[in-house]
Formats: sequence, structure tokens, C-alpha cells
Amino acid sequence: MTGKETTPQSEIIGGRTISKLEAWLGTDTYRMLKGLVTNPISVIGLLLLAMFVFIAAAAPILAPVAPGADPYHIPRDGYGSVPKPPGADWTHRQPPMPFWWKAVTGHDQWIHLMGTASGQWDIYYGVIWGTRTALFVGLSITLVGAVVGIAIGAISAYYGGWVDMVLMRITDVFMAFPFMLAAMTLSAVLTPVLGKGIFPPIVALMAFGWMGFARLLRSDILSIREREYVLAAKVIGVRDSRIMFKHILPNAIFPSLVLGSMRIGSYVITFASLSFLGIGAEVGFADWGQLLSFARAWMTQLTEYWYIVIYPGTILVLFVLSWNLVGDALRDVLDPRMQGSR
Amino acid sequence: MTSEVPMESKQKEVVLHVEGLKKYFPIRRGVFQRHVGDVKAVDGVSFDVYRGETLGLVGESGCGKTTTGRTIIRLYEPTAGKVLFQGRDLAKLSGSEMRSTRKHIQMIFQDPYASLNPRMSVLNIVGEPLEVHKIASTRAKRRERVAELLELVGLNPEFMRRYPHEFSGGQRQRIGLARALALNPDLIVCDEPISALDVSIQAQVVNLLEDLQEQLGLTYLFIAHDLSMVRHISDRVAVMYLGKIVELADRETLYNRPLHPYTEALLSAVPVPDPEIEKTRQRILIEGDLPSPANPPKGCNFSTRCRKAKPICFEKEPEFVEVEDGHFCACHLVPPKK
Repeated sequence: MTGKETTPQSEIIGGRTISKLEAWLGTDTYRMLKGLVTNPISVIGLLLLAMFVFIAAAAPILAPVAPGADPYHIPRDGYGSVPKPPGADWTHRQPPMPFWWKAVTGHDQWIHLMGTASGQWDIYYGVIWGTRTALFVGLSITLVGAVVGIAIGAISAYYGGWVDMVLMRITDVFMAFPFMLAAMTLSAVLTPVLGKGIFPPIVALMAFGWMGFARLLRSDILSIREREYVLAAKVIGVRDSRIMFKHILPNAIFPSLVLGSMRIGSYVITFASLSFLGIGAEVGFADWGQLLSFARAWMTQLTEYWYIVIYPGTILVLFVLSWNLVGDALRDVLDPRMQGSR
Repeated sequence: MTSEVPMESKQKEVVLHVEGLKKYFPIRRGVFQRHVGDVKAVDGVSFDVYRGETLGLVGESGCGKTTTGRTIIRLYEPTAGKVLFQGRDLAKLSGSEMRSTRKHIQMIFQDPYASLNPRMSVLNIVGEPLEVHKIASTRAKRRERVAELLELVGLNPEFMRRYPHEFSGGQRQRIGLARALALNPDLIVCDEPISALDVSIQAQVVNLLEDLQEQLGLTYLFIAHDLSMVRHISDRVAVMYLGKIVELADRETLYNRPLHPYTEALLSAVPVPDPEIEKTRQRILIEGDLPSPANPPKGCNFSTRCRKAKPICFEKEPEFVEVEDGHFCACHLVPPKK
């Protein structure tokens, strides 16, 4: 690249002009977004994500709620313990029929599209409304974890010394607990305080979900603090707070964003595991883990009752996959080695 | 090692006077971070820089030349010593006093790929010093001044909206230079500004530095390890070894009549671009490795590798004294000026 520099005035860099969109977004952001929409992996991830967002938004149309009923409570067709296969008729207390029903399925009546779980909970309804739960759980836990972790990591790295020492030891203490066990215990402790429902496990996961962000951001700040452009800013006479917010944080934050996008998927899995273990959402709540837990009694006969596991399981896998694909692509796009010289 | 560097020159004005400058990095061990020793990166360095001149500072890697530059400009807090600049001791200034003094003393960095913030446009990078020192208050004024500066360093002002990764190494070094010039400094510390560049680009940047010096009356402290480049650009040259200056003289004297055994050896390593001379040329090979600055040898720092070492060299530290007019040397074997 340097070889082209024959005369100082002849610089047409790459011989390209900057589009309006690029000028507005800034070259760096533009390149990042462009990378995200041109990388096939991230496109698959983004499409899957768009599908989930659509399902969550259109839940009342895809699976209408009976008047006066709690939308997050899965309607049940009787109380029998033996699951019914997909296509079985809906005999008791049918929910209202969506307008697209007849055109798409060809049936006049409600049927169990994906069968029922033991206790006659409708799996289709649970999968649809569970998407909302999954998005809420994943985003809220990651958001709180990221904000808390980033704040602690930044304070720790910025002040250093004993502040750093104390905060990092606290982080170590939190990390010393086995994650799942700690979340289970805290969730159980919080249930009498917050009431039964999805909030105790969410708060428990938030409480044990920030350490990764804190450590990651702290280490990134510590490495970027020694870069020459930070020294250059000091030499110019820029104040410390401005150096932190203009020079260090914008360059240190991206690995945390990648971590965040990957974490969303894994928190949904963890939340589902808690539900499966009976500590998460209460019985009948529209949640994928909750649906899967209905399969517990039929684990030995899954060749016959496969639909209890396959439908919620597949959608759970796809959800986690979509976030991981986006996170992977984000990491590739942000990797300096993928951008030529910089 | 607290010898004074006399300010004997009549017509020459001293811009920067460094005296007994030390920078020790503490070594801490164990749970309680016990202080067990120091890395003596800079261990008592004294020199003057005169207005309008270029003082070259050379030495092998790890000898403390970069640390010297960074300590002078207070990127590192000095452990001891004085740095007099415009009659004030930079080592004692408070944070805000130092910030305002930074207008007059600037720095350019070694790695053009690391010294520009990748997420800021050229306009913001070069405009930042103007902004923080409130020199060009409005955006329009700032843009105008940045355009001026870019033109000054030979870049097209139209590129000010672009980002560092769109430029080559030489162009980036020019951007760094424009940033340093934004505040009209008196003194620029050049920390190996060309060693990361291709040879063809090195010449361009050095010529630019020389042109700007003439045009703007700049003073440079030029840190480098490339001896021939230093010879080209410097008026006077200081040679560092293990945290200390061993010899300082004007360029021609130092290169033609080096007095310190280390300088002799260092200069003999420079290849001569003539195969006939090169064939018969005697090279002085220095044996062994650079001793650790955490545990420097007793006596003269160079004694462990010096081929002329006498018993006194292992016992007593030589003083850095003037041996001829304007020629300073720290060696027991070189008699001081009478």
C-alpha cells in the first residue's frame, strides 16, 4: 500500500467516492453494517431473528387468546396425562379461531397443530407465545448484565489501584459460584419475595450474568489504554474523561457487543433449563423450557411422543443458533485482520 | 550522575534543559505487591536542546530512549530530575498546568498504524487539539485550520472526512504530524517517527520534517536507532546505553571522532555503501547481551561488554563530563577537558 505513495499529492485512496449513506453513518459503522448484510452466515442469522421477531409480534394473530384469559397461560384441552399427537381434535374449551385458519389448514375446527403435552397443554400455542418469553428473557438479562458489567469493568479499569482490586475480587467471588447452581438457589430464594413466575429466575440470571462483561471490558480497556493514539491524546492535552469516552470506550466496547449477542441465546437456554427443572416459569406458562419439562414423564417413550420434545426443542435450537450466527458474523466484521490495514 | 551541562553557548537559546532525569519502573511481587526493585529505564540523563536544532537520540532497543522522550513530555511521571522548558520545570507541573503547556511541546509517534484512533475521521483527529485548547471555537474555523494543516504536511484537504485505515503508512505519519503541528508547538519529540515506514517513504517524511523545521522554526528531539538517518537529520547527537547518555557531540565530531568505546562499536556497525571499503573495513563486535536495567552492572554500565575495560571501570561509575568543547562523554579512559 505504501509503495503507491510516489508523490504526496497524488492520493486517490482506493479511487472511490463516498456514498451519502456512508458519509452519514461514518465509514467505520458503514463498513460494519455492510459486512453484516453481505456475510451469508449473518444473513441467515438475521433472517432467523427476523422470523422470531415476527412470530413474537404476531402472536395474537397466530394463536388468538380467549377473551379474558392470560395470554401467557397455555390453554389446555382437558386434563388427561397422555399426550395427543399433532392433528388431534380439540375437544374442550377451544380458543377463538384465527381468520387464516381455514385457508391455511383446511380444517373447520381447532386441532392441535403440534399435538398436546401431558396435561393436554397445546404445544403450538406454547411455541408461539413462548417466543415472546424467549425474546424478553434473553434481551432483558443480557441488557442488564451488559450494562452492569460494562459499568463495573470501566470503573475498574479507569480508576485502577484498590478500586480495581476490590471490584475484581467481587467479580471473582461471583464467578466462583457454579453458575447454574447459584442461579437456581437465588431464584428459589427470590420466589417468596417476587412471587412465583418468570421474574425470580430472570433476576437470578441477571445477578450472575454480568461478570463476563466486566472482565472482558476491563481487559480491553487496559490494553487499549496503552495504544499510541491514547498516548497521543494525552500529549495533546485531552482530559482523562474525554479520553475514556472518545478514545478508549468506542474501541474497547465491540468485543462486549459480540459477547452480548452470543449471550442472549445462551441465557434463553439457561432459562429453559431452569424451567425444565421446575424453578423457572410456573406450570402452564408459555415458555419453551416449560413445554420441554412436560416431556419428563415420557422420556422413555419419546419414539411415540416425539412431538413434545421436537417442536419446542427445534425452535429453541434455532433461536440460539440465530444469535450465535449474528454474534459470529459481528466478530468477523469487527476483527481488524479481516479489514486489510488499519 | 548529576553533572551539569553548562549552558556555555552565547547566541544559542536553550529550549529544553534536562538534568539528572530518572525514570524507574517499580517491580512488585506477591500478594501485597511488595516493592522488590526497579527497572532503571532512564537513570540520570542530562542534556540541552537549542532552539531550531535537531538533537538526535540514538541507542539500541531497550536502552531507554523512548522512555526518555515519554518522561520529558510527562506521559510517564519522572522519578527524579528536572525538565526545564520555557523556564518551568515540567516535572513539577500540576495536571492542568501541564495540559496547557502541552500546546508548546508535542510528540509524533513510532507506529503510524497505532497512533491514530481508528474510529475518528482525519478532521476529528487533527481538529481535536484545536477543540480541547479552544483555539478554533467553531466547526467551520476548525475545518479551515485542519485543511491548512493537511496542506502543510502534503495531504489533500479533501480527505479530511476519511478514516485512518484508508491511508498508507506514510500518509498516516503525515496526519500524525499535522495533529502535532495544530497547536504551533516550539518543540516536537519525534519518537522513532520513521522506523515503521518503508525506506522510500522514510526519505519523504524526513524531508518533510526538515522543510517544516525551516518554515516554522521548529526544534526536534529526534529519537531513532537508524544511525545514518540520525546523521542526516541531526545537528547534534546523543548516544544512550542502558538508561544513560554515554556520549553527546555535534554530528560531525561524533561520527568522525567518537570517543566512547560504545559509540565506536555502534558506528562500526553502520554499513558503508562502497564495496571496496566495506571489504576491508574493521568492525568492532560487541560481545554478550545488554545487561538487565533492573540490575545494572557495578561501575560503568558498559564495562561488561567493553573491549577496553580497565579495573577502574568495574568499580567506579564514570561521570558525564565535557571532554572537548561541546563534546560530552562518560568514560574513564577519556581524559576530561583541562
